[in-house]
Amino acid sequence: MVIGLDVGSTTIKCVVLDEDNRIVFSQYDRHLSQIASQSARLLEHIRTNVLHGQSAKLMISGSAGMGMADRCSLPFIQEVYATRIAARKLTPQADVIIELGGEDAKILFLSHGMEVRMNGSCAGGTGAFIDQMASLLQISADDMDAEAARAEKVYTVASRCGVFAKSDIQPLLNQGARKSDIAASIFQAVVNQTIAGLAQGRAIKGNIVYLGGPLTFMSQLRSAFDETLHTTGICPANSLFYVALGAAFCATSTIDIAEAVDHLRKHKIEDSVVSMAPLFEDEVAYRAFTERHERARVPTGTITENTSCIYLGIDAGSTTVKTVAIDDNGAIVDTTYQSNSGNPVPIVRSVLERIYREHPDICIRGSAVTGYGEDIIRSAFGIDEGLVETVAHFTAAKHFMGEVEFVIDIGGQDIKCFQIHNGAVDNIYLNEACSSGCGSFLQTFAQALGYPVETFAKLGLFARHPVDLGSRCTVFMNSSVKQAQKEGSPMEDISAGLSISVVKNALYKVIRATSPENLGRHIVVQGGTFHNDAVLRAFEQELDTEVVRPTIAGLMGAYGAALHAKKHSKGESQIINAKALAEFEHTVKVATCRLCTNTCRLTINTFSNGKRYLSGNRCERPVTNRVANDELNIFAWKLAQLDALGCYIHDQVPEDAIGIPLGLNMYELVYFWKAFFETLGKKIVVSPLSNRKLYLSGQATIPSDTACFPAKLMHGHIQALIDAGVKTIFYPCMTYNMDEHLGDNHFNCPIVAYYPKVIGANMEQVASVDFIDCHVGLHRRGDFPKKMAKNLEPYLGKLDAKLVLKASDAAYTAHANYLQRMREAGKRIIDTARIEGKQIIILAGRPYHVDPEVGHGIDKLLGAFNVAVLSEDAISHLVEKFPVHVLNQWTYHSRLYAAAKAIADQDDMQLVQLVSFGCGVDAITSDETRDILEAAGKMYTQIKIDEITNLGAVRIRFRSLLSAIEQQEKPHAHH
Amino acid sequence: MHIIEPVFTREMRETHTILAPSMAKIQFRILVEVLKDEGYTVKLLENEGPQVVRKGLKYVHNDTCYPALLVIGQMLDALDSGIYDLERTALAITQTGGGCRASNYIHLLRKALDKAGYSNIPIVSLNLKGMHRNSGFRITYKMLRKGIAALVCGDTLMLLKNQVSPYEVHHGKTQELVDSWVRQLSEQYRRGSGYTQREMAKDLRRMVAEFSAIETDYNRPVVKVGIVGEIYMKYAPLGNNHLEDFLASQSCEVMVPGLLGFLLYGLQNQLEDIDLYGGSRIRYAIMGYLKRHMIRLETLMIDAVARSGRFTPPVAFHRTIESAKEVISLGCKMGEGWLLTAEMRDLAEMGYRNIICVQPFGCLPNHIVGKGMIRRLKELDDDVNIVPIDYDPGATRVNQENRIKLMLAVANENRILDRQDDR
Repeated sequence: MVIGLDVGSTTIKCVVLDEDNRIVFSQYDRHLSQIASQSARLLEHIRTNVLHGQSAKLMISGSAGMGMADRCSLPFIQEVYATRIAARKLTPQADVIIELGGEDAKILFLSHGMEVRMNGSCAGGTGAFIDQMASLLQISADDMDAEAARAEKVYTVASRCGVFAKSDIQPLLNQGARKSDIAASIFQAVVNQTIAGLAQGRAIKGNIVYLGGPLTFMSQLRSAFDETLHTTGICPANSLFYVALGAAFCATSTIDIAEAVDHLRKHKIEDSVVSMAPLFEDEVAYRAFTERHERARVPTGTITENTSCIYLGIDAGSTTVKTVAIDDNGAIVDTTYQSNSGNPVPIVRSVLERIYREHPDICIRGSAVTGYGEDIIRSAFGIDEGLVETVAHFTAAKHFMGEVEFVIDIGGQDIKCFQIHNGAVDNIYLNEACSSGCGSFLQTFAQALGYPVETFAKLGLFARHPVDLGSRCTVFMNSSVKQAQKEGSPMEDISAGLSISVVKNALYKVIRATSPENLGRHIVVQGGTFHNDAVLRAFEQELDTEVVRPTIAGLMGAYGAALHAKKHSKGESQIINAKALAEFEHTVKVATCRLCTNTCRLTINTFSNGKRYLSGNRCERPVTNRVANDELNIFAWKLAQLDALGCYIHDQVPEDAIGIPLGLNMYELVYFWKAFFETLGKKIVVSPLSNRKLYLSGQATIPSDTACFPAKLMHGHIQALIDAGVKTIFYPCMTYNMDEHLGDNHFNCPIVAYYPKVIGANMEQVASVDFIDCHVGLHRRGDFPKKMAKNLEPYLGKLDAKLVLKASDAAYTAHANYLQRMREAGKRIIDTARIEGKQIIILAGRPYHVDPEVGHGIDKLLGAFNVAVLSEDAISHLVEKFPVHVLNQWTYHSRLYAAAKAIADQDDMQLVQLVSFGCGVDAITSDETRDILEAAGKMYTQIKIDEITNLGAVRIRFRSLLSAIEQQEKPHAHH
Repeated sequence: MHIIEPVFTREMRETHTILAPSMAKIQFRILVEVLKDEGYTVKLLENEGPQVVRKGLKYVHNDTCYPALLVIGQMLDALDSGIYDLERTALAITQTGGGCRASNYIHLLRKALDKAGYSNIPIVSLNLKGMHRNSGFRITYKMLRKGIAALVCGDTLMLLKNQVSPYEVHHGKTQELVDSWVRQLSEQYRRGSGYTQREMAKDLRRMVAEFSAIETDYNRPVVKVGIVGEIYMKYAPLGNNHLEDFLASQSCEVMVPGLLGFLLYGLQNQLEDIDLYGGSRIRYAIMGYLKRHMIRLETLMIDAVARSGRFTPPVAFHRTIESAKEVISLGCKMGEGWLLTAEMRDLAEMGYRNIICVQPFGCLPNHIVGKGMIRRLKELDDDVNIVPIDYDPGATRVNQENRIKLMLAVANENRILDRQDDR
């Protein structure tokens, strides 16, 4: 007999085969990280009940099996390899195998050159991801499949990482989107991730076989794959056991099973987990600590007949809804704290119902709402005031510590922190790209390890040797925790380690603080996560300082809102009254907006008061039915210029037209190349502005999924040109950019410089056209014509030198003209804004941020706040080269520094930096830009963008920035 | 150019110990000895441990490339250790000066030092481009010649070591010989000899002969693996989680292309730049001369190794250039650029068909020349077995080793198939 044992990241699968390779025993179990003891138990069971004393061959496989097999000196085979062995035997007709597991995703190409693709250090698109999403929807994974079957529409959900997906899904939930649609969207995201992340340019075609838990159990996930791949894959018998079967097929050595069981039981714990200092030395230290924090409290009271006037504050957060009511004296008279369940409306409704029921004579004098659900709650219940979270938290924090300099709020999924300068919110740090420093992270782990979160956190208080789990993405942390478990760390140490990780992530990933002096001496910590004493202690330890944690740490947003409501009270609140509440109705409808070509998918909430709340819209048009005012928006100007070029493809493309993909640096250089080629007598056509569909059309050919989004879009642009019938594509490599004399050199970043090579090597489609990817140096105008003529000769034949010279002159002139016109447009915007007394925001990034799919219409969003919007290149020419603290060698980045410098002494200008996820260069530029601004006493605001289209976080930043500017202006007014 | 303060002054040569990150172990050990001869006190940092990464994360932007994070973390850890007199310690860091982020390491290090309270520690920039010329650290002609000799001999030692140690009968013999050669070479350079072409040729021949004499067993089932990648990750055990040791434990013979190739690549890029975009003919002539000189040294090395008839010599640079042209273009010169791609092609042709491409998190050139070119490499050569491995502060060793094991499983299968073909 042969035993194949597959120890995966979350489950153990085992098969026993007889001499004819028939399965005589099989088992599938979750191992809850008890891999050695579980394996021992399983083997013991097999030894007594299946083998009956016979000897057997054994082979271990699986990602978690490796270390175990190593240490117990048992034979091991890599799991993908085992899958392939099994597939060759059991499904020889298969061309491609798609296998999704707990934390792994794999594609095996079997025919035409065997190839294996596994997910890297990212767990996006795996079973763990689906589980995480299911728990977000508060349904089981099975229910999710059933829900998905009823879906009517699919939303765009980023799947690279659970964090991104969450930030896409949470707003959908908050906005009342249907669970079934979201479930289907999640499956589609998994499909996209698998194809984009793993296929990497290789077409998935032929006979497709689905393996692994998620694909075995979820028929809708299979259909999503089928649909996307235009095929019908099969899920064979024993699809869960392929790795185990493959291992069994490879087993060669006969093992004494009793001895193996013995080894596994003794499985020694290696001491490679690094531990840190304990949180508390003893009970005495803990007691002193709790007593100190108990002191930060607000008086409380009850609603009585004498004091029945209240001010209501609501914090409709991403995972929870909190309400606080205060009386005329500021005493807290009522609080609630409830999990959000995806829709804050019924929760707030029930709170109001209860208040009205318990206190029929209540008089609500003011009401305010803050948080993700601000808009919907305001529309639904007629709340008087809405305020941005940061302001709400600051208002509350000030109440506990008048001189507060720094507020950090760690909630379920967000970290919000900000500094206070001159009585205003400044330097906001939010965690758009990462949720690993948040409460839900702890909760997820507590649940996964089988504890309620409160109990779990307490475990860590007196841990002797907290494990060091690092401070990165949740996904990575998952495997660190697993490793610690595997190595036998007690739960106490893991719990403490996780609490410390939360703090470290918040400090070093989100805030990037190095010492308490950076944050200020007066720190207020809040948010539900800080109720956790282990987290609080770790925070104090890490910063080596004492902070204030109010006893109502979890309610601070709502408390701040209540204080705000009180301050702005006009005597009586407009809030829905008891009678109207009794008849309250809320309906949700889904529609597609037809007002422009974006065709946003709208979720329309209608309430009984006749108010509507829209979500999913990228602009204000479906709300106001007005076209946004683009006069003070240079992005709109740039788009109009691109349109006016007349190079977009409308009908038949002429045979000899040259196609240029409108991506990365081309948004700016297209003027140059158009003039150049037109002087040579060639017609230029360009690919359309990006959209989701265009991205998906090129997605399968992306070789490195961690490259920046603008680069990945390039595949779609090339595809669009080919689809339009373009026969020649011009996309040159450019090590150097134009020299604008703002830096020490004038490089492009490696991606902009050489992406044409990636296109050429990974899109087999380009073989069907002339793909011109020569190296071009625009920085040497004198040499350019000769070099360019040589570059083009293979494609266009020998060119007349004089003509090329003329073309070159025309090109440089066109480029200069474009820059000049753009700068003039910028000047006009500044002048108009100043006449109208509007703030001017520099949305600083790169030329490609003009693309609506890259910039996500952030410029429009800003415009809606009644400010003027400029880009960095419209003002970077206003300063001379100046010293910076980094190597200033990239043309586009030099513009960033220059733009920051240019606005340093301009009171009515602010800079907001757009940073693409995966842009390595921006790790350098963002710090430097911040330093330049802060040296001038300005605020630095950064927005990290990726494929995600969630603008909620962006809105928070803008609103905080604008309200901070407002507050800063006020003191001036008094002078 | 912004001046990085405080400057390493001439006087500090006498008083300060310069701490430098280690990378390619053998080569760097000899190079340090060369610097010592010139009156500098240099120490290679070999401190490791989780606190290195922790300090890097604390003081360097977390999205910065992993090598920067590691090197800076390692330096801060060394300064924190209390071993060094902080009034008399300087740090050295290399600066390549290309379009890659790595050129910014020195600035990132300065920022980190200032933040961590070490603003008095001077930094020495090691570069061949004349950046930060005001420093008291000078690369002299003699130093350069010795340094290049150290690279050539160091590369050869690494190559021989890798080809002998998996087969050595008496464990540790190869390493002993490497150590003995490091001592011999350092001693020669100190005496002012050993770096002319004639002397080098003699040394290299003797080196090859001595390695050939180590008792070996070639019947062991060994998988041949090539390593390419971002330069720090490729060589530094701190970066790649002791990749070479792991591969040794899995019975692999490793081929890591040497540092000389990187130097030649740098020179070639200067030529290429002028070819592609125009530029000074004089500069072109000088670079051409330097390149030819280095090629002569490379030839010495290749000849010595080839003569043994037993060891695989490194691929000649002109051949590497051809490999690059097959797959990518010589204009792609940021970071490891086309060299990385060409090395994968070379390795496959040398018989190291299982290739690990080590990629640090956030490495931009790698998107292009590493992962970006694998498809084309496979088009040219169906059976080449390339696996890109990502390294970052959070990636666990288990994950990395698992992926490498997959590559080895396929490699073993291919090896067995090859054997059957041979019969």
